Amino acid sequence: MLRFAALLSACLTFALPASSQQADAPIQQLLQSQSDLILESSRRTIGPAIDALANSGLVAAQVVLDKWQTREMWVNEETGLFVFAEEVDRDTLRIFDFANGSEIGVVPDDRFDQLKPNSGIRGLIGTALVQFQLSDPDPDTRRRALDAIERGAEESHLAALRASLPTETDAQILARKERLERLLTIAYGATDAERIEAIQTFDGDLSVDVRAALNPLLAVRIDVAEALPSDPEVGRVLKPGSEALNREDAYALLVSANLAKPRISLADQRNALIANIADGQVAGIQVATLNTQEARDMAYAALADLGTVTAVATETEVDQLLANHVFYERYVGAPPEVVFAAQAALNAIENKVAINQMFDLSLDALSLASIYFLAAIGLAITFGVMGVINMAHGEFIMMGAYTGYVVQLFIPDYTLSILVAIPLAFAVTFGTGVAMERLVIRWLYHRPLETLLATFGISIALQQIAKNIFGTQARPLTAPGWLDGSLVINDIVSISYIRIAIFVLALLFLALFLFVMNRTRLGLEVRAVTQNPRMAASMGINPDKINMLTFGFGSGIAGIAGVAIGLYAKVTSEMGSDYIVQSFMTVVVGGVGNIWGTLLGATMVGFLQKGIEWFNPSNTLAAQTYMILFIILFIQFRPKGIIALKGRAAEA
Amino acid sequence: MTDAALPRRQPIALRFPSVMIFLAVLALFTVGVTILSEGFGIGVISTSFIKTLGKTLCLCLVALAMDLVWGYCGILSLGHMAFFGIGGYAIGMWLMYARTEIIVLESLAAAELPPTAQEVSDGIATQIFGVVGSSEFPPIWAFAHSLPLQLAAVVIVPGLLALVFGWLAFRSRVTGVYLSILTQAMTLALSLHLFQNDSGLRGNNGLSGLQNLPGLDEVPQATVSLWFFWASALALGLGYVLCTWIVAGKFGSVIRAIRDDEARVRFLGYPVESFKLVVFTLTAVIAGIAGALYYPQAGIINPAEIAPIASIYLAVWVAIGGRGRLYGAVIGAAFVSLLSTWFTGGQAPDINLGFYTISWVDWWTVLLGLSFVAVTLFAPKGIGGLVDLVTDRKSPNRHGADLGPDQGALREQEAEK
Amino acid sequence: MSTLLEVSGVSVSFDGFKAINNLSFQIADAELRAVIGPNGAGKTTFMDIITGKTKPDEGRVIYGDKSVSLLKMSESRIAQAGIGRKFQRPTVFEDQSVFDNLMMALKKTRGPMAVLFFKPSKTDTDKVAELAEQIGLSGALNRKSGELSHGQKQWLEIGMLLAQDPRLLLVDEPAAGMTPAEREHTTDILREAAKTRAVVVVEHDMEFVRRLECKVTVLHEGSVLAEGSLDHVTKNEQVIEVYLGR
Repeated sequence: MLRFAALLSACLTFALPASSQQADAPIQQLLQSQSDLILESSRRTIGPAIDALANSGLVAAQVVLDKWQTREMWVNEETGLFVFAEEVDRDTLRIFDFANGSEIGVVPDDRFDQLKPNSGIRGLIGTALVQFQLSDPDPDTRRRALDAIERGAEESHLAALRASLPTETDAQILARKERLERLLTIAYGATDAERIEAIQTFDGDLSVDVRAALNPLLAVRIDVAEALPSDPEVGRVLKPGSEALNREDAYALLVSANLAKPRISLADQRNALIANIADGQVAGIQVATLNTQEARDMAYAALADLGTVTAVATETEVDQLLANHVFYERYVGAPPEVVFAAQAALNAIENKVAINQMFDLSLDALSLASIYFLAAIGLAITFGVMGVINMAHGEFIMMGAYTGYVVQLFIPDYTLSILVAIPLAFAVTFGTGVAMERLVIRWLYHRPLETLLATFGISIALQQIAKNIFGTQARPLTAPGWLDGSLVINDIVSISYIRIAIFVLALLFLALFLFVMNRTRLGLEVRAVTQNPRMAASMGINPDKINMLTFGFGSGIAGIAGVAIGLYAKVTSEMGSDYIVQSFMTVVVGGVGNIWGTLLGATMVGFLQKGIEWFNPSNTLAAQTYMILFIILFIQFRPKGIIALKGRAAEA
Repeated sequence: MTDAALPRRQPIALRFPSVMIFLAVLALFTVGVTILSEGFGIGVISTSFIKTLGKTLCLCLVALAMDLVWGYCGILSLGHMAFFGIGGYAIGMWLMYARTEIIVLESLAAAELPPTAQEVSDGIATQIFGVVGSSEFPPIWAFAHSLPLQLAAVVIVPGLLALVFGWLAFRSRVTGVYLSILTQAMTLALSLHLFQNDSGLRGNNGLSGLQNLPGLDEVPQATVSLWFFWASALALGLGYVLCTWIVAGKFGSVIRAIRDDEARVRFLGYPVESFKLVVFTLTAVIAGIAGALYYPQAGIINPAEIAPIASIYLAVWVAIGGRGRLYGAVIGAAFVSLLSTWFTGGQAPDINLGFYTISWVDWWTVLLGLSFVAVTLFAPKGIGGLVDLVTDRKSPNRHGADLGPDQGALREQEAEK
Repeated sequence: MSTLLEVSGVSVSFDGFKAINNLSFQIADAELRAVIGPNGAGKTTFMDIITGKTKPDEGRVIYGDKSVSLLKMSESRIAQAGIGRKFQRPTVFEDQSVFDNLMMALKKTRGPMAVLFFKPSKTDTDKVAELAEQIGLSGALNRKSGELSHGQKQWLEIGMLLAQDPRLLLVDEPAAGMTPAEREHTTDILREAAKTRAVVVVEHDMEFVRRLECKVTVLHEGSVLAEGSLDHVTKNEQVIEVYLGR
């Protein structure tokens, strides 16, 4: 009932539209003049119609293009007038006049045809719209237009961009527009001089978009000729069989230039032979003998002689043809002058990129070094100060990380939980360390190999216990929100805040260690026990207690390192063993018994690993392999590490 | 023999009755297992258990090597399981190649044209390296077609690696824990290398199907497993005799001296580094041979087998068995690895504590780790120490001091009574 | 008597501390020499340099008829060239029998392969028996050397040195911890040995040195302070000062 009423009212209002629509408005006249093209709606022919609209200078033209693009433009079948409309329901439209945007009325849609531009046309319309958007009063629209151009620049954008420059009021957007204008000039500039000038303005610019704009200019096509042509578009000459051009490709070029007979792939040759088997023979040759390539070549040649298959080039012919022709690159991306300018600019940029990458790599290496330092410092204390090898050190790191995880289960605030986790991890691993020293290690002093094996036993047990409690899957240890993200210096150099935090933590530890060892009673006693335990004992120092505390201290630091490492790596029961060998390498390379040695060792191991990864970025396994090999060799030349103790102290 | 008399030189077997006992026990064991087997006997022992026993014999062999290098020479190598693995890879390459070759030849036999050598080789390569997205033979497979050459590789590759590594390490006087860590690093580097797909050994897939002997498809596994069992027993017997011969003579005297006091041996004029190198290389070769016998019984080898933890377990076996005595190493390896199989195989009954059920599959490793600590602390002689209770030999009394200043020196508690 | 060993201008320092300072020293074939000096005079370092354990920062060490430099040789090569050393603490291989200890020390080819295939001949066992006789351990050949008394271990070590048949014998405090009778015996062994070879004895005990009846070299702060007969050097003002203090 209601529907019927609506329909009725729609019918009633139907009489109105023709009278209220301004058929003589300039925009409607323009549309009518292009009506044929618009209605034909073909990608190939629509250009002039869009241009006419875009260049009309009419404010309403933007509305037309907008509505057209979003398929909201309709045409009255009877009058041929264009309107835009929104669908009220399936059969009813509310139509508007382009001239002033006013509503004409609600009508049934049976006398209106919707214009359905295909994606090609919509693209063209979009391009045309850009110039309106670029001058739109709303800065956000202008920014969106710039974004759109950056995503898919077209030649026509250049003019639009240039046209919008004088009226731009926002300084930031103006800068973006100017930059984009220069980028577009590189690609679509009318004259070479203009393009070269634009290229030169980007000297040393590290942004990715500049390289993206310059690279297509360097595009080349490989051509072949009997002699090297002398036109300026000819680039470097390629030798067949070189890395840039293998023999097969070179010959394929000859074939496609109709300079040589085709070759046949081994599979095709085989198929041709099979196709011509008759009575167990191919061209009179027994099939059974065709089990070498030479025999097959012969059989094929015999078939070719008979005319059954097309003759193909032999290896000698191929050699000769390749030798008689010259292969070269031809610049197809741009005229040679532009290419050279682009090349020069790219070279300059690449140099700068390389320097920046080196810097970025150094930052990476530094953060890796801090991690190794954190992982190794506890070990350096127990190994260096007490001469005790603790193979369960990695498991202390793991315990610290799991402590952090458990704390986060109870304290949901990440910042607070980390603040709680750090001292707690220290306490847990300190306690475990002291217990281990009391129960196992002190019975094995001066028996390093036995200590090594016993601590291995503990390491195996601890790892399995962790696995039994926490399962094999990785547990998260989430960093507080303020550590998310990275410090971005430019498009190439950036470093995540977590890594910075770890670096700072490593420095703190170094300071703490130096403070404890050099400024406290404990440090003094530790040094005394290290250098001469008997003398220290006779001075009233209890070496037993000192050893216990030292071991606890080293273990506790491993626990804190575990929290730090857990923040950026996964917490698993095996995480300790991932670090133990590297940690030992750090201590050994640095030289035992010296914190600066450990620092140097960590720096060296970190930089080395990143350096090797840089040569072969896809393969961190290979990087670790080579690093270990390098360290094995390094030990050859400095068996006592970078900072070596000499004389009697070294033998103690 | 009185104290005053000079020791007369008798055949090794008589001077070391343990050799005769060992060989007799081994022979009895081999015969017994054969009689109880499915392949040739009454079928009490399953084929898979024969394989377990055969593998255990190989582990005993590598434990012998470990004992020679650690227990006698004082070098705690954490790299001998790497040599073991290399031996396995070397033989595995041939097994896999030859078997794949047969399959490829069969499939190509039906083709209209007889295959060329290149087609066969491409076919094999695609079969083997398809899993790592390659269809070409890496250079290290150059000899994989030849059994004699790969058998030579079983000996040569671990030997050469040990020679080069040992030469570098010993030359620069890397000793004690440094050397242990360095060998561990070597092992880690090797396993990381093998984990890569472009290492040419199928990355973490490893080599598989090694239990099938090429061309002997019709021979049942029950028989093949016995062949390998016999071969392993023979290798262990020969290895035991060789090791005894080595440690019984002046060479053994020198390497034990190196273990207890390296510097002193140097001042006697012995080139300590060369001795260590010989022992390290020789034991690496033994380990390689053991590996070559082990992996055809295991059927699969992958880089995880070479991970440093495997070498640590090897040291654990020797320590539990009793280092510095050859039968100790064998007992330790057999005892711990069989116990391990039993516990991790889920055969051990779980213990219900009411609030928690101890499942041995999960807790066996913990037990092993802790008992290892206990052995190191309380029973440095290991299981082999029990033998001293029945034999009556005098031990040096050093009032608690070790038998030498070196880090690998025998502890007083460890010395044979 | 020709010079067997010539040390000239040798200096070595550990972390800035000069352990040996421009030391020069000569010893002839078949000479017995005692080296004395207070603690830290550089006696042990001096032996370390000759035996190749420590490499000096500067100076020359020339040895033997062919005047070879010892500085480029390894410890084992030096030992093979005929320089034997006895350490301060008796260092014998305690886990092995006296026989094995002596057999190991016996002058033979030292290469690993030669040792691996070595089979003691009758001459070798006789030689060992003879040495055991000399050091008074005939009855203990089959005992583990760890069971020996302190003095017996010292003798065993001297026996091992003699078994090496060195041309130059460096002996560090041979009499430490010995009973008077054992000292007597040790003196005899050393004097006997010095008849056919050069022997350098480092000793604290003046009485023992006196009994050796030989030329004495006094070391102080890494260089030679005085040289001559024991009576001569004990009259030296500087020596008295160094030993007794002002």
